[in-house]
Amino acid sequence: MTLKIKNPGLSTSIQDLGRPGYFHLGIPMGGAMDRFALRAANTLVGNPEEAACLEAVFMGPEIEFQAEATVAVTGADLPIDVDGNPVEGWTSFKVKAGQVLSFGFLVSGARAYIAISGGITTPEALGSRSAYPIGALGGVEGRAIQAGDVLPVGKVAGVGAGRSVPTELRRKPANPAELRVLPGLYWHRLTEASGTGFFEDEWTVAPEADRMGYRFKGGKPLEFVDRDQPFGAGADPSNIVDGCYSYGSIQVPGGTEPIVLHRDAVSGGGYFTLGAIISADMDLIGQLQPHTPVKFVRVDMDEALAARKDRKQMLQRIREELS
Amino acid sequence: MKTRYTFGGDEHVYVEIDDEMSLDAFFKSLSMSNAVRAANIDGVTEICPANASFQVRFDPDVISPDAMMGRLKEFEQVAVNAEKRLKTRIVEIPVFYEDPWTHETLMRFRERHQDPNGSDLEYAARSNGYDTVADFITAHHSQPWFVSMVGFVAGLPFLYQLVEREKQLQVPKYLRPRTDTPKHTVGYGGCFSCIYSVRGAGGYQMFGITPMPIYDPEGSVSYLKDFMVFFKPGDIVKWKPITRGEYDAITDAVEAGTYQPRIAEVDFDLDEFNADMRGTNAKMLEALNDA
Repeated sequence: MTLKIKNPGLSTSIQDLGRPGYFHLGIPMGGAMDRFALRAANTLVGNPEEAACLEAVFMGPEIEFQAEATVAVTGADLPIDVDGNPVEGWTSFKVKAGQVLSFGFLVSGARAYIAISGGITTPEALGSRSAYPIGALGGVEGRAIQAGDVLPVGKVAGVGAGRSVPTELRRKPANPAELRVLPGLYWHRLTEASGTGFFEDEWTVAPEADRMGYRFKGGKPLEFVDRDQPFGAGADPSNIVDGCYSYGSIQVPGGTEPIVLHRDAVSGGGYFTLGAIISADMDLIGQLQPHTPVKFVRVDMDEALAARKDRKQMLQRIREELS
Repeated sequence: MKTRYTFGGDEHVYVEIDDEMSLDAFFKSLSMSNAVRAANIDGVTEICPANASFQVRFDPDVISPDAMMGRLKEFEQVAVNAEKRLKTRIVEIPVFYEDPWTHETLMRFRERHQDPNGSDLEYAARSNGYDTVADFITAHHSQPWFVSMVGFVAGLPFLYQLVEREKQLQVPKYLRPRTDTPKHTVGYGGCFSCIYSVRGAGGYQMFGITPMPIYDPEGSVSYLKDFMVFFKPGDIVKWKPITRGEYDAITDAVEAGTYQPRIAEVDFDLDEFNADMRGTNAKMLEALNDA
């Protein structure tokens, strides 16, 4: 079975749960920015949770199906259409051979996950099908999808239509979005007043927001504790001797605009980081559009672990609902 | 050197060996991260050594953050006592300095540079007190370099020069990063040289270009068949200046699958190096010339 891409949308790429294990060589894990939505989409169509899906950003693709399949779309609220008929999100449906799946204008969120029964079966690179264009790995010949691509899909019987994730389990960011932060890493470089100000200010998502990182603007510039810069660090007070970056870490070059590194993160560099977004909230970032208001919320490790557990339980409830 | 342990969110422990760069800090970070790798700790998913620090990523559902940090601290004494000796290799990397491609790029981004009227090399030579670009280029390639970190993007090596601290070249990064850098650009920022493994954004000064691929996701380069990334931390590099003609010849040989990088196996002993830097370097360069 194959899918024919008639129109790729704005930036649609093949993603699964990524390729951990190569960050020490500068190759990021990649994979779905909203892993929760990808797992839910796969569960809806009866796939293993890590199967490869399409991640569509802001605009959906137009796809012709060469054979019947079960499909589900989760994540962003992007109106779904099969040959002119609207269908529900977060709910499985059938697409017949020759039919075309397309999408309307984005209502909310940023990234939609399109799971097809059988999963996309393009070749793996370092154990994953996720597209990482900077390193020319995964996806379709190392890139996002283009018009005219024909994507192979695994052969399975496929589960039925009408399986649905209950509304309360469809995880979405609040408005303003709240992103929980565990201070750490080079937090000590900030003055106390500046550290407090970071959490008090309201920020908005800047236009420079992609799979590598999300930039934020609107808060006060940060102030650094005075010091003589260490040898090899560089002259700016926001510089450090180039070190590793954590996924979710928040760097603030020049102290002005925070950047949160995401799934396609650069693995290291020479900017101080003030802490990191907790693992439970990384998925939410993937659903933020530019100009969305955001509050950073300070938490401690216990709260971070409790949030991680909550998210796992939500996922477990989806599995039970659909089993 | 005072080691600092801190969390990066709930999935990373970051260990800063020292806040300033030195070979001692690099050796300690490499030997600690190697010991952590060898210990094969359940729940550890990534071990990333850097210049003077390293990071471990872990699954907090398998090992609690406090337990993870505690385990890492156990390796500090091991690293302190470890012999500062490395079985490694020295690799010759051909560099076409002042090439037309990085020159075209640096002219395109001149308004982001400290010196809008000169070239990156002119700026670097002047800010390090060299009378001519040629003298600066000689300083860049005459002594070998240590690969102290691989990362930023796929397979990109950071290199630290094996000379006394007062002889280290230091050059600020661009005022604002470029949105483009040619693939295989030999760059410079702070006290580090690098090779851009892929085309893309970058803030390091651009000195030249190598015809030798160091990252090969397609598996088409003969000497990268085993693994797509050429460098690992601990490799030693000697830049070899080449002409346009040599650049073209190597490019053709890579294409034909006949290019073999010049490599020699060497032992590097930090104490021996600290006692006699030029002598230790000369010995390694001799091994390379014999290869």
